[in-house]
Amino acid sequence: MTEVVSSANPGLSQPLLAKRTSKRWLISAIITTAIVALPVLSVLFLALFPEENVWPHLIDTTLPRYLTTTLKLMLGVGILTLVIGLATAWTVTMCDFPGRKFFEWALLLPFAVPAYVIAYVYTSLLDYAGPVQVALRDWFGWANASEYWFPEIRSLEGAILMIGLVLYPYVYLLARAAFLEQSPSLFAVSRSLGHSALSTFFRVVLPIARPAIAVGLSLVLMETLNDFGTVDFFAVQTLTRGLFDTWMNLGNLGGAAQIATTMLMFVVILVTLERYSRRRQEQYAARDSRDPIQRFTMSFPRQMVCLAVCAVPLIFGFLIPGATLGYYAWEYFEQSWNPEFVQNTLNSLFLSGTAALTTLAIGVTLAYSRRLHNTRGMQVLLRLSSLGYAMPGAVLAVGVIVPLAGFDNWLDSLMRDTLGISTGLLLSGTAFALVFAYTVRFLAVSAGSVESALQKITPSMDMASRSLGHSPGKTLVRVHLPMLRGTLLTAALVVFVDCMKELPATLILRPFNFETLATYVYQFASDERLYHSALPALIIVVAGIVPILLMSRSISNSRAVA
Amino acid sequence: MRMKIAAAAAMALTAMPLSASADGEVNIYSYRQAYLLEPLLNAFEKETGIETNVVFAKQGLAERLEREGRNSPADVVMTVDISRVNELVERDLVAGVKTDTLTGNIPENLHHPEGKWYALTTRGRLIYVSKERVEEGEITTYEQLADDKWNDRICTRSGKHPYNIALISSMIAHHGEAETEEWLRGLKDNLARKPQGGDRDQIKAIAEGVCDVAIGNSYYYGNMLMDENQRPAAEKVNLIFPNADGRGTHVNISSISLTKSAPNRDEAIALMEFLTSPEAQRIYAEANTEYPANPGVKPTGLVAEWGEIHPDDLSLQEIANHREAAVKLVDRVDYDG
Repeated sequence: MTEVVSSANPGLSQPLLAKRTSKRWLISAIITTAIVALPVLSVLFLALFPEENVWPHLIDTTLPRYLTTTLKLMLGVGILTLVIGLATAWTVTMCDFPGRKFFEWALLLPFAVPAYVIAYVYTSLLDYAGPVQVALRDWFGWANASEYWFPEIRSLEGAILMIGLVLYPYVYLLARAAFLEQSPSLFAVSRSLGHSALSTFFRVVLPIARPAIAVGLSLVLMETLNDFGTVDFFAVQTLTRGLFDTWMNLGNLGGAAQIATTMLMFVVILVTLERYSRRRQEQYAARDSRDPIQRFTMSFPRQMVCLAVCAVPLIFGFLIPGATLGYYAWEYFEQSWNPEFVQNTLNSLFLSGTAALTTLAIGVTLAYSRRLHNTRGMQVLLRLSSLGYAMPGAVLAVGVIVPLAGFDNWLDSLMRDTLGISTGLLLSGTAFALVFAYTVRFLAVSAGSVESALQKITPSMDMASRSLGHSPGKTLVRVHLPMLRGTLLTAALVVFVDCMKELPATLILRPFNFETLATYVYQFASDERLYHSALPALIIVVAGIVPILLMSRSISNSRAVA
Repeated sequence: MRMKIAAAAAMALTAMPLSASADGEVNIYSYRQAYLLEPLLNAFEKETGIETNVVFAKQGLAERLEREGRNSPADVVMTVDISRVNELVERDLVAGVKTDTLTGNIPENLHHPEGKWYALTTRGRLIYVSKERVEEGEITTYEQLADDKWNDRICTRSGKHPYNIALISSMIAHHGEAETEEWLRGLKDNLARKPQGGDRDQIKAIAEGVCDVAIGNSYYYGNMLMDENQRPAAEKVNLIFPNADGRGTHVNISSISLTKSAPNRDEAIALMEFLTSPEAQRIYAEANTEYPANPGVKPTGLVAEWGEIHPDDLSLQEIANHREAAVKLVDRVDYDG
């Protein structure tokens, strides 16, 4: 049983619920947002004080190229992730073919591979001295590079492929969860009205899944916009290139903050447009567990097609890079084994775990507050708190330092003046600063997915619970959270894996002598010694796999137990 | 209950990094990879008993130091590239320090006049050429890189990389902006492919036949020779010390500075003195094939085999002064495009 309701006034009906709600949710949402928005606001503040106006020089020289390259990169990655993500999600959800259960979780594996790592790996495989070209030369008897043409991996197209291969799981994950939540009867109805499976997919399934897909895609695009490691290595000139140039080479942090702000506005416009285009839609879907998904039974050749659709991204996004890293790790084991690995792994796990839980708790608070107080102000708050994702990590790190060090020094001065003791730096340079930065950065992931899932729960649930005497808090715990179990796990684990891979902010904010797996890999990779970091890179991937397995399991189960 | 857990978690988080301001320690903000420092710091700890703590990042450490202000735990900043150091001086984040040992170890042209930085090593920005396809003496200066004869035969990393920016700054210092622009355009026209990768990748490109000539730092070549898997590529390449017969080869530095807020000033100075000492300088040269800044220490092994380097005696400050012009020039010429 599913109802798709359209209403011009989305959200819960105000007088019924909000009036009886204490202000607690509202206030906690405002305070949380204020804290989480501090780093972004700091960057906006820095943008007011550039050393020099960067724009005339940029516009005269490189800006047009930075802009077009950035747009091409985002467009390319967007299309690639949509095609892979949707095709695989639909295939594993609806088609019966050998290995379906395996692909359900295996398709998430590329997510565990950081983009900068996959870029290094493919470069080492595909460049002139790599095994592919060596084999080709042996085979055809070519003597050197001038005798044949081989696609250049270090190019815009290469960057699109690399980034797309590791980011499509965002789309896959959210699309699959959305497909699973849809009632199969909808699909059956469409088919009985004469639509083909394909036409049903585009006219019924996709539109209903659109909010979730939009969340996935916007995460992909924001991450693409902020990528520095891959585009720098491939010499693809995007806006981030211009930003770091302005900051590091021209010593103009304010100017760099202005570029970051411009990129931020770019994202805001994009997200707003998407939301605007479906402003009149509001969907509530009541799931019905008695109505299991009817998978297509298919002929053998078609099953093989399904197999291929799922196998290709897995092979290129995970198996090849994983095997290559494994090989290097083996070859360079002597140089790369280090007893500190255990500590670094624990650091990564601890930080990522803490950040994932924090981010989830805050995401739920904000999304639920918005459900209770569905005002324009709340919408703005929610958007504001998600902006950290739209900023390059290194810039955001400076945005984190500003308020934390400001607070530390303020408190220190106060204590010195009043009590004569120095408190020093309490928060800056601690693990707290890192967790804070991760939370600010990845809140968009959790708040976005929780919000889009909450929207699908019909308000009559809230009303029933409230009329039975439950407080909003109790309603959340007893009604919404159990229904959102799959979404919550997904969100927490996506954040977890993202934190495991996070690099630029970790580098800048970390305490002394503190390495995560990502920073450990980076110090070798940045010195052009990737081989030596293959082992820790492999550990990042493996550490990312475990939560991915758990996550996938629970999503599949969510359908069964719903 | 929930508050208690939260409070406990918060305490655990802030307590996790061991307090770094205890006595007998030096805290280092480093733009150099921590593993490169490790052998030096181990030797220092062994000799003095003073422990060292490191944060390594390539961006943002100056901002962190600035914002942490007088409470910053950092005692010294270790940098690569003169412009990075100069930025610390200009932002007034580092203190001048002069001891007899320091000024005795490091010659005047390799430290700040007031002791706000001391070079630890120098590295030449050299020309790599193919052993097979470039004859001896065919190219001997940076200026010749713009000659038409090298059309489609040169590879470099991004013009925006600090090492290239410093080289271009030195060209501006010698020839002025207009002439340097012409040179850079000529060089760009000679590129065999779009600037990309790191310095090692340029050596590989020569080995692959993509190009015949490249620009790169001395130690990348040295480190490739020391790596079994990369040696074959490096062995196809010769090193040229440009302008050796003229004004000298452009060199950049890695350096160390005392922070203004240093809580462990004495220990920090002990570290600075140690790193400029012959013992530490030898480790630098051997582990990373760089040139010791201490003239009393002669290069050994590979570095010695390459022969003597005649550094350009242009002051490093002068190079730093032209940085901005160089960056903008790279954009104007569209070097990376």
